[in-house]
Amino acid sequence: MNTHNSVSRLELVNITKQYPGCLANDNISITLMPGEIHALLGENGAGKSTLVKSIYGVVSPDKGDIIWDGREVSIKSPSIARDLGIGMVFQHFSLFETLTVCQNIELCLSKTQLVNIGDLASRITQLSEEYGLNVNPSRYVHSLSIGERQRVEIMRCLVQSVKLLILDEPTSVLTPQEVAGLFVVLRTLSNEGCSILFISHKLHEVTEICDKATILRGGKVVDTCVPNEETPASIAKMMVGDLAEQDAGYAKKEGTESVLCVSSLSLEPKQPFGTALKDITFDLKSGEILGIAGVAGNGQDELMAIISGEDERNIKSTLSLSKQDIGHLHAGERRKLGMAYVPEERLGRGAVPEMSLSENTLLTHSEGFIRNGLVDWQSIKDYTTTMIAKYKVKCHGEFSEAKSLSGGNLQKFIMGREIGQNPKVLICAHPTWGVDVGAALAIHQALLELRDQGAAILLISEDIDELFLLADRMSAICDGHLSPVVKTESTNIDQIGQWMAGTFIDNKSVSISNTTPAQKANS
Amino acid sequence: MIRIQARTEPSSLMKVASPLLAITLTLIFGCILFSAIGKSPTQALHVLLIAPLADSYNIGEMFVKMGPLLLCAVGLSLCYRANMWNIGAEGQLLAGALGGSAVALYFIDSESSFALPMTLLAGIISGMLWAAMPTFLKLKYNSNLILTTIMFNYIALYLLIWAVHGPLRDPEGFGFPESALFSDNTLLPVLFESSRIHLGIVFALISGVIGWFILSKTHLGFQIRVFGADEPAARYAGFSGKKLSWLVMLFAGALAGLAGVSETTGPIGQLVPNVSPGYGYSAIIVAYLGRLHPLGAILAAVFMAVLYMGGDLAQIEMGIPVAVVSMFQGVLLFFLLACDFFINNRLAFTNQATN
Amino acid sequence: MDSDLIVQILFAAIKTGTPLLFIALGEVICEKSGTLNLGQEGMMLMGAVVGFLAAYGTGSAGLGVLAAMLMGALMSMIFAVLVLHLGANQVATGLALTIFGTGLSAFIGSGVVGQTIQGFQPIAIPFLSDIPFLGRILFNHDILVYFSFVMTFALIYIVNKTRIGLILKAVGENPHAANAIGIKVLRVRYLAVMFGGIMAGVSGAYMSLVYTPMWVENMTAGRGWIALALVVFASWRVGRIMLGAYLFGLASIMHLVLQGLGWSISPNLLAMLPYVATVIVMVIISADRFKEKLLAPRSLGKPFDPRNMA
Repeated sequence: MNTHNSVSRLELVNITKQYPGCLANDNISITLMPGEIHALLGENGAGKSTLVKSIYGVVSPDKGDIIWDGREVSIKSPSIARDLGIGMVFQHFSLFETLTVCQNIELCLSKTQLVNIGDLASRITQLSEEYGLNVNPSRYVHSLSIGERQRVEIMRCLVQSVKLLILDEPTSVLTPQEVAGLFVVLRTLSNEGCSILFISHKLHEVTEICDKATILRGGKVVDTCVPNEETPASIAKMMVGDLAEQDAGYAKKEGTESVLCVSSLSLEPKQPFGTALKDITFDLKSGEILGIAGVAGNGQDELMAIISGEDERNIKSTLSLSKQDIGHLHAGERRKLGMAYVPEERLGRGAVPEMSLSENTLLTHSEGFIRNGLVDWQSIKDYTTTMIAKYKVKCHGEFSEAKSLSGGNLQKFIMGREIGQNPKVLICAHPTWGVDVGAALAIHQALLELRDQGAAILLISEDIDELFLLADRMSAICDGHLSPVVKTESTNIDQIGQWMAGTFIDNKSVSISNTTPAQKANS
Repeated sequence: MIRIQARTEPSSLMKVASPLLAITLTLIFGCILFSAIGKSPTQALHVLLIAPLADSYNIGEMFVKMGPLLLCAVGLSLCYRANMWNIGAEGQLLAGALGGSAVALYFIDSESSFALPMTLLAGIISGMLWAAMPTFLKLKYNSNLILTTIMFNYIALYLLIWAVHGPLRDPEGFGFPESALFSDNTLLPVLFESSRIHLGIVFALISGVIGWFILSKTHLGFQIRVFGADEPAARYAGFSGKKLSWLVMLFAGALAGLAGVSETTGPIGQLVPNVSPGYGYSAIIVAYLGRLHPLGAILAAVFMAVLYMGGDLAQIEMGIPVAVVSMFQGVLLFFLLACDFFINNRLAFTNQATN
Repeated sequence: MDSDLIVQILFAAIKTGTPLLFIALGEVICEKSGTLNLGQEGMMLMGAVVGFLAAYGTGSAGLGVLAAMLMGALMSMIFAVLVLHLGANQVATGLALTIFGTGLSAFIGSGVVGQTIQGFQPIAIPFLSDIPFLGRILFNHDILVYFSFVMTFALIYIVNKTRIGLILKAVGENPHAANAIGIKVLRVRYLAVMFGGIMAGVSGAYMSLVYTPMWVENMTAGRGWIALALVVFASWRVGRIMLGAYLFGLASIMHLVLQGLGWSISPNLLAMLPYVATVIVMVIISADRFKEKLLAPRSLGKPFDPRNMA
């Protein structure tokens, strides 16, 4: 840590922000010194994002003061924040795919800044070398990997000679190796006196890199600590309170017979900027959970869409369920054969936002509720009421609109709906993403219970820890290639991390060997 | 200090109140407009609202206008529920009128009891055909449905004009662009003596009930609603978007075609170039005003028919151009869309100033 | 066909294509910001009638054009407030604007139907108009045609080479990201919609002051809609709009061409031609879904509410 003087870089005093029905920030006060790497910790919904958006001028707080370099400031817009020297890397990147890197960076600069910089492209190249960011200014953003895009975001801040860099969950989209690279950059910046505000919920990262941590819960500051004097477990306790029930690890099981077989599946992307699937082969056995790790955007969405039948292209013999080819069947028919699916997006795909929970039950669960084409609404309502109770979904009742539920409760509802169809195969994407600890635990239990009943579960997640916790066998996906499938006990985070970066891709199958998509894009 | 605040739950009161509020505001706008051009606002209101319902003849005429409006609006309600932006009811109506008339003229000397059913069927099929073309182009070639349906409206119009100037022109009509008068055998029966109310209004009311039944009672209707509200969810659930698109478009085309053939075999009795005073376009507003609910469309169609009557009367009695009707329709839709804002938002009165 | 006739046809194609060019230039800017305004036809009609009334009243065609621009801007602001501030459905609002404009224009224009005025006269540009063949096609027009040339090239430059163009594209692609980096999304969209309105006004004025020159109810005959198709045809690229507008202009005067070839076809069937051509072109252009997704502004038609950013 680098303290040149005693004047704090940023001081937040009693920041308060009220949203309809939710007090997002409640009298939050934080101090940041120059060069300090400060972690902002908390569960989803603790108020971290709202707080940093207040600092960056995207959200205007209802109450409280922001003191910058010793004087009070009012940050009404991101451009004011940038003029002060505040840069931010968003969780969902704020890049424009149809523009080049250089144009993207130009948009963030004021006219005077542009004049001062002169030739922006060469400035980018120069900074890129200085910090080892490897960013090419003339590339179009849509051709960049996630990791590269993040580096473009950081570059955006560097070009403006940033004094405070805010990173919102920067590591959630990176491979372990990319995370290490990011940390090198952050340390360099810190040594130059740039303060860093680092939002995360990955505790080992926080203990590794941060000088100080502030823990938020329910919109309030509940604790502060010096991370390297703490253990991840002790910090976790601060985050979730005393209710925390650390997952103790579950018994692994061995699957019996193959239920879902994918053989040599190759597929061009349907969407522009999508990922092609390349020769994917695996089988999923009943009574097991098969986990697929991977950084977002490496073909997971395409793989799930083609298996579930949402992608309506006919892949005939490359996909079979219980030894029956299902590649030509549409999603509804696959469902009838015993396939269920929990998609990544809950609202807008897994559930229709403006429809009641009962109607959302009927969305995928029509068995027994339709007679001669007519809907038996009363039975659906009764069934839904029972299910809501069983899975402890917090809502006003079966008539509640899906969009009125919190993320965790909606996920419990969708999980309950899919499990309620007694599936032979459940495809489950990011089941606990953005879900609070209590709901996550309930969802884990439900998955394990379903496995123990003999169902085959395909679990796709970006959260490696969760995969190690739940999966009986594991694999990783990178740039549309699937790694070998191994037993969870016989592998470790390092190996899966390597696979996520594509080290398993051999020379024969692709023209570019041993590369991550990031490296490939650069070559 | 008044500020706008998002509601946590949409207001079900406003969902119903919004169309009524919009109608009221439109009438107020009308009064102001008439005062501005030096007409008495009370007289204007009387002509627009009261006079159309003042005597049995006018009420009868109101029902005559309501028929095609409602038929088209029911079909459009289903399309819009499915997020299929069919603006082509006008063209489908004209196609129905044209196809039906061709068959009616074929039966002009026939005594067959099949004549009328065949004529109506021809109208329905023509309407479906006219809806099928843009649907096919959308599903197969990804064309923009809004634009193709509009283009097909113009194409239908010129086709109809060509037909009454050419092949369907009455050979004994002194060269007027009109067909011969249909024989009684192909005319829709009149329901009440001394009025022009014909079977068309019965078709329309039945279509409203059928539309409601499909949407709220059947699994198909549920799929239509899901498809329109949230296409990714429909794909996820495995509902066939193609099937649903075809279904609602053909349904709407059939109803609009029936509306067209009911006009030529009903109040008009022959094929003329101006079969429709823009019923197909007005039906868009009827559908919206009825909250895309087939039963709501019935009420909205009554109001729209009254407005049409009022426009005619205003022209006759006050010398106001009949175009005032479509202006009011536009204003009505503006007000409706603006009022709908308050379904999800509300005004909050606070004492403290906000930033 | 002799070369004189070809010159005449191409000259007429430009003249007929000019209103389409104006309105489509306005719409493409509007759509690039992510806003789909289906009210073009209504704005154009209002521009036509107000332009005509102003020129009729003042005797100055120039004032007529200015009045039409103002009217177009006013009309577009109804749309902008409903869509951008009140979050109304863009398709429904656009339709309402067209229906409203159709009615209102007929209403206020009913007194001058059939009247004629002195519109703009052609100005032969010195030297340029002497270029053989091309000179007579391109440089023997009225001032509004030259204005459309200037607008096209100015917009090509602005969209592709300036920061304004960059901001416009950014807002149209991803308004949330644009908002996050401090671009005033709604302000950009307001301006883009207003520009669309102004251009629709000019386009209407061209119809009533130059092309006919008179006012008749519904005189735009669906040009506002064809312009929307033109934007799709041009894949949201300004330069291709000009090409498309003249091609559509050519389709609209096909009867001239066919006369030249000595064919005789019913004028009522020929009147369908521009609409049929529009459908065919749309089918060809949109058939490549992949490409269209790539080129269309990604947020087109989707609402954006800055209050939902948190």
